[in-house]
Amino acid sequence: MNLEVFLIVAAALFCVGLFGALTQQSIVMLMMGLELMLGGVILAAGAAWHYIAPATADGQVLVVVAITAMAVEMAIGFAVVTALFRSREVDMTDMAAELRE
Amino acid sequence: MTTAAFWILAVLAVAGGVMVFRFDSMARATFSLLTALLCVGGELIVLGLEYLGIVTVLMMTIEMAIMAVFMIMFMMNPAGLMPMTMVHNKRGAAALCVTAFVLLVAGILLAPWPRRRGRAPADPTTDLGMALMGPQMLTMMTLGMALFATIVATVVLATRRGRYERYGDDLRATRPDDPVRGGVGR
Amino acid sequence: MAETAPLWAAVVLPVALVLVAWAAASVDARSAGLGRAVLRLLVQQRRLTRAADVLLVRVGTTLLPVAAVLAAVVLPLGFRSVSDLPDGIVWFNAMEALAWAAVWLTGWGPNSALSLIGGYRFLAQGLAYELPHMLAITTAALGAESLRVGALVDAQAGLWFAVWMPVAFGVYLLSALAMAFWGPFDQPVGTDVAGGAASELAGVDRLLFLGGRWLLFVVAAAFSVPLFLGGGQGPFLPAWAWTVLKTAAVLGLLMWARRRVPTVRMERYVELAWVVLTPLAVAQALVVAVVVLGR
Repeated sequence: MNLEVFLIVAAALFCVGLFGALTQQSIVMLMMGLELMLGGVILAAGAAWHYIAPATADGQVLVVVAITAMAVEMAIGFAVVTALFRSREVDMTDMAAELRE
Repeated sequence: MTTAAFWILAVLAVAGGVMVFRFDSMARATFSLLTALLCVGGELIVLGLEYLGIVTVLMMTIEMAIMAVFMIMFMMNPAGLMPMTMVHNKRGAAALCVTAFVLLVAGILLAPWPRRRGRAPADPTTDLGMALMGPQMLTMMTLGMALFATIVATVVLATRRGRYERYGDDLRATRPDDPVRGGVGR
Repeated sequence: MAETAPLWAAVVLPVALVLVAWAAASVDARSAGLGRAVLRLLVQQRRLTRAADVLLVRVGTTLLPVAAVLAAVVLPLGFRSVSDLPDGIVWFNAMEALAWAAVWLTGWGPNSALSLIGGYRFLAQGLAYELPHMLAITTAALGAESLRVGALVDAQAGLWFAVWMPVAFGVYLLSALAMAFWGPFDQPVGTDVAGGAASELAGVDRLLFLGGRWLLFVVAAAFSVPLFLGGGQGPFLPAWAWTVLKTAAVLGLLMWARRRVPTVRMERYVELAWVVLTPLAVAQALVVAVVVLGR
């Protein structure tokens, strides 16, 4: 195992998540794509810590930041979906885009 | 041993990630995402980051359990008993993602990665704690503020009833008018 | 002081847990007819519901006992545990959180309204107990300045944590009941919803699920011994005997409480946990932090 293999797995996770986030119409499914992308980021940060600079804790801090970003993204995402659904009965991105009019 | 663990976890993680968008049932999709993220936690343990790996497992389990509730709540077809697709612009997205993946892999393989500097400390967890409470204090404080702001914003967005609904228009009611009574005798 | 156990301990651990759970269940039922009930479940047919997600039911029912056994890996008998992980406390918490997924999956899978209600109830209960629970175990770790369970036991050579962290101990016992959805917190499998998450289970599935619940209960109760009651520390008797005695005492206390306390509905416990228990647990952690700083 080396850094490249870990990063390729992380890139695969990131791109699968990106595909989901771009194609899914439901906001909740879109958020699952985002979670997967952040999972890739966590893996890449951990690999960078292990293979580049294990003596400093910067890589670990990056993992912590990514995990927090996941939590924040999910909480705000669900709150927005709840608010949208409550006011307009909307739970899909395309319908939310039409709200501009 | 570690190599085998790495490959098993890597294949499971990517397979779980792909299956998230192939399952019709929302419950299955959520728990396939959980599988993928648990494998990411496992990979962190393989890398020697035991604490962060276990914390990832802990957080993702709880997060996905909560996510399942919202999935069921907001999807038209949560059990996937009537297969339907809810996707848009599949071809463009696929092209974009494949391009992104190829670019990323090219970058990963071609970049002149620096050589490993230093050795991992005996206890990376202590190292992380010292960093967060020392040189990275600003990061930690920002994260704390972000989480606090998230709590406030989430409550504001998600609640429909404010204090006027609970205590009346002049806020004079002695006991709040809640649909569900709580447990501390109010 | 923590010693490593031989490899065969990993095989013995589930057997020992099952034995303890069996004994506890027999005492709780006040009868010796448990074996017959288990045998009946073993030969009983599995119930099939329409459009059930069988895979998810299987995963859910199996995950519950597996999570309990995995959590018990860091549980020391005397001063030996199967694996004294450096982050043992976080490990225990993470494995116990797998029960969230297990119960919800078991509730969702059979495609039945009552069992889904049971699954949702456990998530609500989980949100209620998890916050004070995490603070309580963090307080114990803070007192020992380590996340290693062995270090926690060593730190209690003099004074037990239960003595100078009474609030954290009490909160931990409450959440041990709630995480095994047992006793006053049995709403997820309550009789008012015809058995809740377990309502559609029969045969081996039911045995795994309800047996897993007993295992989880035993493990959660037994973990309070190294966390707050000094683990194997004690005079005269060998360390393992002290662990067994203390575990039996905690189990006895909890089983006694079940017969004395009525069922608590989860929406009531949510408010109690967030408005009363969480601030109390934070205050307890603050006190412990000040003591540790001044040491």
